Amino acid sequence: MNIHEYQAKEIFKRYAIPVNEGSVAQTAEEAFEIAKKLRGAGHFFAVKAQIHAGGRGKGGGIKIVKTPEEVKAAARNLLGKKLTTPQTGGEGKLVSQVFVEATAEIEKEYYASIALDRSAARPCLIVSEAGGMDIEEVAAREPEKIFKRLFSPQDGLGPDEAASAANQLTRDSRTAQIFASLFQPLAKLFLDLDASLVEINPLAVMSSGEVIAIDAKINFDDNGLYRHPEIAALRDPSQEDPREVEAKKYELSYVGLDGNIGCIVNGAGLAMATMDIIKFAGGEPANFLDVGGGASKEKVAAAFKIILQDPKVRAILVNIFGGIMRCDVVAEGILAAVKEVGVKVPLVARLEGTNVNEGKEILKKSGLNIISASTFAEAAEKVVAAL
Amino acid sequence: MSILVNKNTKVIVQGITGKHGSFHAERMIEYGTKIVGGVTPGKGGQQIHGVPVFNKVREAAEQTGAAATVIYVPAPFAIQAIREAGEAGISLIVCITEGVPALDMARIKGWLLEKEITLIGPNCPGVITPEECKIGIMPGYIHKKGPIGVVSRSGTLTYEAVWQLSGRGLGQSTCVGIGGDAVVGTSFVDVLRLFESDPQTRAIVMIGEIGGNAEEEAAAFIEENVRKPVVAFIAGSNAPEGKRMGHAGAIISGGSGKAENKIRRLQAAGVVIAPSPALIGETMEQVYKKHDEQKSRPRVR
Repeated sequence: MNIHEYQAKEIFKRYAIPVNEGSVAQTAEEAFEIAKKLRGAGHFFAVKAQIHAGGRGKGGGIKIVKTPEEVKAAARNLLGKKLTTPQTGGEGKLVSQVFVEATAEIEKEYYASIALDRSAARPCLIVSEAGGMDIEEVAAREPEKIFKRLFSPQDGLGPDEAASAANQLTRDSRTAQIFASLFQPLAKLFLDLDASLVEINPLAVMSSGEVIAIDAKINFDDNGLYRHPEIAALRDPSQEDPREVEAKKYELSYVGLDGNIGCIVNGAGLAMATMDIIKFAGGEPANFLDVGGGASKEKVAAAFKIILQDPKVRAILVNIFGGIMRCDVVAEGILAAVKEVGVKVPLVARLEGTNVNEGKEILKKSGLNIISASTFAEAAEKVVAAL
Repeated sequence: MSILVNKNTKVIVQGITGKHGSFHAERMIEYGTKIVGGVTPGKGGQQIHGVPVFNKVREAAEQTGAAATVIYVPAPFAIQAIREAGEAGISLIVCITEGVPALDMARIKGWLLEKEITLIGPNCPGVITPEECKIGIMPGYIHKKGPIGVVSRSGTLTYEAVWQLSGRGLGQSTCVGIGGDAVVGTSFVDVLRLFESDPQTRAIVMIGEIGGNAEEEAAAFIEENVRKPVVAFIAGSNAPEGKRMGHAGAIISGGSGKAENKIRRLQAAGVVIAPSPALIGETMEQVYKKHDEQKSRPRVR
């Protein structure tokens, strides 16, 4: 799960990681009032679009201005519009809030993040003197400028580990000390809150000598959210595809794509492979949809409803290989969906696995016009032909 | 021969009285797996599907001599269940449970390594040695005994691959679903190492997917250490960047974790890539035949 910059900065404050003073605004008027209150706290104001995507600077989503009046104008320009950045995709993301901060001159920009190193099964502190840029680009072009340090998921980042990372960034011992004293709580935050990524880019040394997290990004492990209800409450559904939000209510995993063949599949791997095989057969998938392991009849019916909301969908492919999921349950879900919402586009069903005979029998007896397929390849060919 | 499990493996089921645990315990018994008991705290002394239920794994292990366990408990209790099994001396733990926090897995992984406990999963279909022992949730009937080792990050896509293999008369030595999470107990490399030294296994199918670099690590290992032919399929060539495709591990971020990079690296290691997920069986059949004809000659890369 992603959260906004202003929310991440609230969390940073709780961990004594220094951030600029600021507040979030929903209207240009609010932004103006915030700026007036912040007057004197810094030399400039930053007005930053709050969306769940990076690259905001490149997309024109961050304005640096001098007066509260200019803050108001900048906020008016950003609010209510869709912002397109290199990470939002073509459609862009709606800006419904801006963050107004007091800021000052930056001396030098650094980078710091923590992520989980999967193969080492340990969290990893990543720092670089090349801050303020796309870190993937730095990694590709100047890998020597990136320093990584694995640390214990039990004990967190020790003072010596933090100091050795800080010493990679600067020769100035006072600044190195400040960096080190900030990396430790950053690691604690990561471990405490089941984060999957904590990133400060840029982490700035100001002209005043202060060190400030100019930006703040936190992603959370969805599997850990059950024990952090206060984090789960920060979810902003307006930043997500409404169909994905709807799917989540039924514990379905859905991702909208651009094609016209709706897919309902059990298991993430098979769902991805189903997208691949539709392409291979000359079609375009409209979505990724994994109904999950122990799906009920209701969940399968909900999957149909979500797919049919997409006006691009001109045929549906159901591909189920039952393991924990039973084919008879899927068949009943298909029937329920057809009864409840009506399926007017061609429907190709391929069932295999646990209780497959019961499932096929249910579909056959229903008298519905369902095109059945016995193999994976045949299912893909039939659904492409049915368009 | 096979890897990890065989007809003599005694297995207990943690969460045996729950909905999934009970349903799949019955399927495993039907398949012929030596299920010798189950564990549900507070339900000790009962019987289910003809086997005794215990309150603790230690009691179950001591009284039944089980060496393996399969876990069906809900996600918030899964780590505790793994730890309890490990502390009771169980050496093979299969965790089916989906939704275990990644940091919990990171925290327990060092301990598992230290104790030399094999954990398969979490969020996996389990492990099966056809016609001998099925531990997990895979449909038994699709499998057939034979020479192909199968290792996969996916569940249902593994069934698809197995179904294609069996349909072409290519049975399996053992099939291992390592799970789709970011941190798993057993990696591709761990399983490839076991297959390489297993005499029954004569060729290997590996099913990977987008996200992470487990496939790249597998490719490096294959290049150096695997002499048996390997066929692979990587799911998710058509997945958009930055979107999580169901599995916690399946996300392409910033250019890494892409299917095309994985495919290129595997091909460089001498692995034959199935061009479509419907051609995994056919590709293996061709590779296997060719390998059989050439097996007296040294392998040329």
